[in-house]
Amino acid sequence: MNKMIMTGAIAAVLLILSAIAAPLLTSYDYKTQDISIRLSSPDTKHIFGTDELGRDVFSRMLYGARISMTVGIIAVLISALIGILLGSVAGYFGGLIDNIIMRFVDIMLTIPTLFLILMLIVFLGPSIINVMIIIGLTSWTDIARLIRAEVMSVKKLAYVDAAKLIGLRKRTIIFKHIMPNILGPIFVYMTFGISGAILTESGLSFLGLGVQPPYPSWGNILTAGKDYIHTAWWMVFYPGLAIFIAVFSYNILGEGLRDYFNPRLKKENK
Amino acid sequence: MKQYILKRLLLIIPVLIGITIITFSIIHLTPGGFVRTNMEMNVKVSPDSMERLKVLYGLDKPLYEQYFKWVWRFIRFDFGESFIDNRPVLDKVLERLPATLLLNLVSLAVIFFLGIIIGVTSALKRNTFYDRFMTLFTFVGYSVPTFWLALILMMLFAVIWPILPVSGITSFNFDVMSLGEQVADVIWHLILPVFITAFGGLAYISRYVKSSMIESLTQQYTIAAYAKGLPENKIIYKNALKNSLLPVITLLGLSLPGLIGGSFIFETIFAWPGMGRLAYESAMTFDYPVIMGTVTMAAFLTLLGNLIADISYALVDPRIRYK
Repeated sequence: MNKMIMTGAIAAVLLILSAIAAPLLTSYDYKTQDISIRLSSPDTKHIFGTDELGRDVFSRMLYGARISMTVGIIAVLISALIGILLGSVAGYFGGLIDNIIMRFVDIMLTIPTLFLILMLIVFLGPSIINVMIIIGLTSWTDIARLIRAEVMSVKKLAYVDAAKLIGLRKRTIIFKHIMPNILGPIFVYMTFGISGAILTESGLSFLGLGVQPPYPSWGNILTAGKDYIHTAWWMVFYPGLAIFIAVFSYNILGEGLRDYFNPRLKKENK
Repeated sequence: MKQYILKRLLLIIPVLIGITIITFSIIHLTPGGFVRTNMEMNVKVSPDSMERLKVLYGLDKPLYEQYFKWVWRFIRFDFGESFIDNRPVLDKVLERLPATLLLNLVSLAVIFFLGIIIGVTSALKRNTFYDRFMTLFTFVGYSVPTFWLALILMMLFAVIWPILPVSGITSFNFDVMSLGEQVADVIWHLILPVFITAFGGLAYISRYVKSSMIESLTQQYTIAAYAKGLPENKIIYKNALKNSLLPVITLLGLSLPGLIGGSFIFETIFAWPGMGRLAYESAMTFDYPVIMGTVTMAAFLTLLGNLIADISYALVDPRIRYK
């Protein structure tokens, strides 16, 4: 294990733990308003200050972490599921099926993802569930291509021929015998995918197209902060810093895992 | 070469058909069709224009017939009229296009210029402090949310240290400036947006150039050049650099969709009068024809970017042409 994996993993686990343990880490909840202390700067009682309705920014960030992390993880699970399914089918069967699936991937790649997401959100309406599903449905192309290439190279190995010879079903060969061999790249993709999904969700929520108030998300705390950048810097600085730290740690983790699973790169670094 | 370009152009047709199918299905995703949804949400739509819309989109006809009619409009670049001001969608999109292209092309130029320099120097100084610093620096840029960085810089430049403009593409007194002043004014407004976009995009290019450069430095022709006794500068900058930059050309086209895709969050913050902001504004006002128009235009630009990348790659690398 290298340093990058350790740093990234520890940071990611800490973030998830603090999101889960939100009620233990703060004595305020995310929606109690107190107009008398609105926009007060960070002090010992409210370590990240309060927002325009007098809500504790730190608590809103902790509860926002729950939502942002959940959206990120579920979205990636959806996209990984679609990508693994389409990629392995295309890679294993080849020929016409491969051609059809890959042309579909080409088409998806041509429409800029954020525009596609914007369009879908406008038609389906913004909500936590919709945002998760839409991000998942629009970001599976990379993993599909990756899995396809991996499956194509693994299926040439002798043990796959052996599995065919003893008459195993294709489904069994793909998911029981090929898949375990390409788990590495899948993990790498999913780690980068989480950071990408968190970034997309926060961007959408920031524009009012993602998680809707009163539910806090790192992105929509920033939206409110945007109107007070002249007076209340803490409403802009801390939530954005949280997004950055989350994205950065998942990216480092992904980077470390990529080196770990790719022996050629490891040799190069020595 | 002609044959290759022709083949490449023919490949666009199935992709175009696919785009129309996806866009069309999304329009019809909403229960009751988008005209009704719009009617419920937008008080500005009169029953009269509802009827006109229904006729325009032929919503009473069977789905396949609607699709072909829609594609026929699509081919003639007729996306209908905006719900908000009844102007043709194409006009609205086209007048926003220059600002988006200007921002993205300048950013792309900066990203490639700096990315190649960072990539090459990191490859030459592998595993030194400089290399590690640059890796971290570009990695931070890759991870930082652009809209947050934009807000922080706006805070810095608008409130604390007002030397750079933080919104729009021109100053309020743009109309009375001379041509030279106008150009300077636009460049002045470009600095912050381009800096933020470039910071985010550097990692990808510099890493690619770095590994490509390392690869060509270990190739046999490089070893042969050393053996021949060529001066090191010549080997690095003539042989290795030239060969490692070839694949970078394809990245030009490929990085366009990411930039254009990110532009709507970005343009909205900076009040940049581009296509992304138009897409966002029309999303907020449920102006469906304009949303469709911007999505189609974004896809079209991406397609064009990929085409240019492929053709320029074939131009510089004969192996591609004869495959």
